Amino acid sequence: MIRPRVIPCLLLQNRGLVKTVKFKDPKYLGDPINIVRIFNDKEVDELIFLDITATIEKRRPPFEMLAKITSECFMPLGYGGGIRSLDDIKALLSLGIEKIILNAYAFEDAGFVREAAAYGGSQAVVISMDVKKNLLGRYEVFTHDGRKATGLDPVKHAVAMEKQGAGELFVNSIDRDGTMQGYDLELVRRVSSAVQIPVIACGGAGKLQDLADAIKVGGASAAAAGSMFVFQGPLRAVLISYPSPEESRILL
Amino acid sequence: MIVIVDYGVGNLGSIANMLKKVGAKALTSSDPDVLQQADKLILPGVGAFDHGMSKLNERGLVPLLNHLALEKKVPVLGLCLGMQLLTRKSEEGQLSGLGWVDAETVRFKFEAANAHLKIPHMGWNTVEARRAHPLFTELEAESRFYFAHSFHVVCHDEEAILAGTDYGYSFASIIGKGNIMGVQFHPEKSHKFGMKLLENFAERVA
Repeated sequence: MIRPRVIPCLLLQNRGLVKTVKFKDPKYLGDPINIVRIFNDKEVDELIFLDITATIEKRRPPFEMLAKITSECFMPLGYGGGIRSLDDIKALLSLGIEKIILNAYAFEDAGFVREAAAYGGSQAVVISMDVKKNLLGRYEVFTHDGRKATGLDPVKHAVAMEKQGAGELFVNSIDRDGTMQGYDLELVRRVSSAVQIPVIACGGAGKLQDLADAIKVGGASAAAAGSMFVFQGPLRAVLISYPSPEESRILL
Repeated sequence: MIVIVDYGVGNLGSIANMLKKVGAKALTSSDPDVLQQADKLILPGVGAFDHGMSKLNERGLVPLLNHLALEKKVPVLGLCLGMQLLTRKSEEGQLSGLGWVDAETVRFKFEAANAHLKIPHMGWNTVEARRAHPLFTELEAESRFYFAHSFHVVCHDEEAILAGTDYGYSFASIIGKGNIMGVQFHPEKSHKFGMKLLENFAERVA
């Protein structure tokens, strides 16, 4: 019996790890390597790293730092941020990052998603979409760290990306990011019911029940979270945590 | 010395990292001279079956690998797609596999009751041993491994199934016949459980 995955999602900025609220106010958490070691000791299901300013600063992925991370980590790793060529993908895969997360470039050039899947296999290609609800209650996909509106409906984008050969979808709610008030379950549900491929829900998790809701109500295959695994208490003190195998049974 | 066969497919960095962690001597190569000297071989792999086979063919490695595996009886461990390549053929492609085990590779096919299960089978799952094997030394009962695959191996020779895993039904997740072994999951991405299994391959498989 397979248990849905619980995935810490870690944000890289200027070589440090940060955590945002609604994609703003990045708070510095610490050195990525130290934090990754703690997650490795906790035997997490999977880790996702997103370099949140690589695209805006027109940078390539931070390969050196990622090489350090992969030599410490013995779990599946996903990376997103600034990936714009097959060479980037090749370099990431050879470092031991097996999930390539595309966001802005998948929107700019859908054909690249197909090329990436042909090169690394669909299981290696994750499409990330950052979604915001507008005043009329309509969902819209944003890129460039939530700064650039695309006019795209997330469900349409999801279906198109699946058709291009994406193997997974990472659906992040900008409105819920860092709030710890629970996932946008309607958004997760809409996307997961429109595609066959696994959906990773992100944005808003604050407690174990939220993770379970993403799976059971939202229909996601995996629940990702940031704040919940790096902060403790109302003052948001930095403390790394992760559900024990017993606690994770709530997801079944 | 363990040689991780580098044919341009798979997560070589992670496998090498983990072998290093358990203190095994290993290197990554596609050089026939290096392969000839291997005490053991690891055949990695991710992605599509035909892509994997054509990469092996392009590098002209198949006759040498056949010699090492079938005549010299060098222990071989196939990982994920690497395990599927050990079979005769796959529903995923047109090319012949290595055919070292009497098996073929098929796509997950669920009955109506399990139609909700997503393909690929992606995530952590347990394995149920069917028989004793050096690969299982000191592996705890609740060992879990990371899987990411849409196709799986069907053995015509029941004896070759070392362990099964449940996803809609039980499929062969670890196979072994003589010096040929394969695991459908990614031990290099499976924490201490995968590390133990790779350590067993390095130290306890003769």
